[in-house]
Amino acid sequence: MNNTKSRNLSLSQRGMNFETLMWLFTRLSALGMYALILIALIGALIMGARNQMNFADVMRWAFMPNVTHVQNTDVPDVTPWNSLFWKLTGSALLLVAVAHGVHGLVVIADDYIASSRGRQIARLLSIVFMLTMIGIGLYIILTS
Amino acid sequence: MGLKRNVSLSTGLRYKGQGPFLTFILHRIGGIGMAVFITIHILASFLGGDGGKLANAIYENWAFQIFIFFCVLFHAINGLRITILDLWPKLLEHSHEAIWLEWAAFLPIFGISVLVIINTALGG
Repeated sequence: MNNTKSRNLSLSQRGMNFETLMWLFTRLSALGMYALILIALIGALIMGARNQMNFADVMRWAFMPNVTHVQNTDVPDVTPWNSLFWKLTGSALLLVAVAHGVHGLVVIADDYIASSRGRQIARLLSIVFMLTMIGIGLYIILTS
Repeated sequence: MGLKRNVSLSTGLRYKGQGPFLTFILHRIGGIGMAVFITIHILASFLGGDGGKLANAIYENWAFQIFIFFCVLFHAINGLRITILDLWPKLLEHSHEAIWLEWAAFLPIFGISVLVIINTALGG
C-alpha cells in the first residue's frame, strides 16, 4: 500500500538526488567490474595462460588487461594480448574503477569533513584527481 | 559546525560492532589500500625513472602482494555481498548468514593464494 502511494511522488520527493545515483552507481559498477575481470580472465585462458603464465601474472592481467602485464611471462607472442579489444576492455575497466574508487574516497572524506565548504573542496579535488588519473591511465593503456 | 566526538581513541578501538563492523572497516582499509596502490602504480608506469623502479621493487615484493591481494579480494567479495543485499533488500533478513558465507568464500581463496604467493617467493 505504501508502495503505490510513494510512486505518486516525484523522484526528488522520493529522495532521488546525485548522492542516491552515486549509491546506485557504486553497486552497479561493482557488478560491471566483476564482468570485465571475468572477461579478462576467460580471455587469458583462451589465449594460453594456463601453460604460459603463473597465478600472479594471470591475476595481474585479469585486474587490468594491459599488454605490459604479460611481457615478463612465458607467453611467446604478445600480439593477441595487445589487440584493440583488450585496449577497449582495459579502458572501460579503468573508467569504471576510477569513478567507483574516487567516489569511495569522497564517501570516506565525508565521514571526517563535516562543513559544507570542506565537502565542496573535497569534491573539487576529487574531480581534478579523477580526471588526472583517467588521462594518465588512458594514455598508458592506449600507447603501451 | 565541526565534528564533536567526546570519545577517546582507546574507547573507539574497543567499539564492539563485531562482525558487520569488521567487514565495514576491512572494506574501507581495502578500498584505501587499492586507491593508494593503483595511484602509485599508474604514476610509476607513467613517469618511470628511479622512483618508478623503487615502486616496482616494493609491489613486486611477496609481502606487499599478500597485502594488496587481501585488499582486492576482501573488497571484491564484501562488495558483492553489499551489492546483492542492497539490490535485493528481501535478502537483508539473512544479513548475518551472508557475512558467514562471505568469510567461507574469502578464507579458502585467500589462503590458497597466500600459499601460492609464498611458494613462488621461495623459488617454487
